[in-house]
Amino acid sequence: MFDMIIPAFLVGGTICVIGQLLMDLTKPSFTPAHVLVSFVSGGAILGALGLYEPLMKIGGAGASIPLSGFGYSLAKGAMEAVEKRGIMGAFSGGVEATAVGIAAAVFFGYLMSVTFKPKG
Amino acid sequence: MDDQSSPKPAIPVTPEKYQKLTEQYTPKPTVIKNVVLAFIVGGIICSIGQIIINLFISLGLARLEASTAATATMIFIGALLTGLGIYDEIGKFAGAGSIVPVTGFANSIVSPAMEFRREGYVMGVGAKLFTVAGPVLVYGIATSIVVGFAYYLLH
Repeated sequence: MFDMIIPAFLVGGTICVIGQLLMDLTKPSFTPAHVLVSFVSGGAILGALGLYEPLMKIGGAGASIPLSGFGYSLAKGAMEAVEKRGIMGAFSGGVEATAVGIAAAVFFGYLMSVTFKPKG
Repeated sequence: MDDQSSPKPAIPVTPEKYQKLTEQYTPKPTVIKNVVLAFIVGGIICSIGQIIINLFISLGLARLEASTAATATMIFIGALLTGLGIYDEIGKFAGAGSIVPVTGFANSIVSPAMEFRREGYVMGVGAKLFTVAGPVLVYGIATSIVVGFAYYLLH
């Protein structure tokens, strides 16, 4: 039950620190949206180069929960689909591998947006 | 709220002096404090994710399935806490610690959609859900396609 929690804490915390430094040291040009976009693309590129896989092994959720993990899954999905289906896989693989996350984000996001009222 | 017609202030402050004064009175960027808070909160959120993964594994899911299910669960939690107004309170002190995890992605979806509901369910909620998620998907999916192409050419 408590396997991997400390590695997840350390790896996840460190990845968030990189985001914080990006925001603090480039103020005010780097907004939260820029952080999320660069983490997704960055995770995909690191995944393509085989550099994110070790982080997933060491950090578990510490690497998969940050948005860079989403990027890693996109890239990994695209490469695995190319293996199976050739060039079409480059288009289908990324979205296929992350379909659960994308659908959950759209569905739960919509549900909460129409259920709750903003504060203040 | 800049009003062009308002009278010029009569205090003897040149723009240069003003800039110096602003620098003097602006609180110094508390980078170290921000970094520590981002580390702790980001770490805690990922630890919760790990507990959920472990829970799904103990229920019989394979590791990859459990990881995917945990991500979806974290998205649900992030969206719910945003709806309840709790996530933005965490974000006030956690900075990137609450932005970078997938719960922050959920927050970036719910926050503007909730805010713009008065503009209707299509152009309000439906469109604003993608204020940040749109760019994330555009760059994420585009990068994955380029990666797929490169992989195809190299193998």
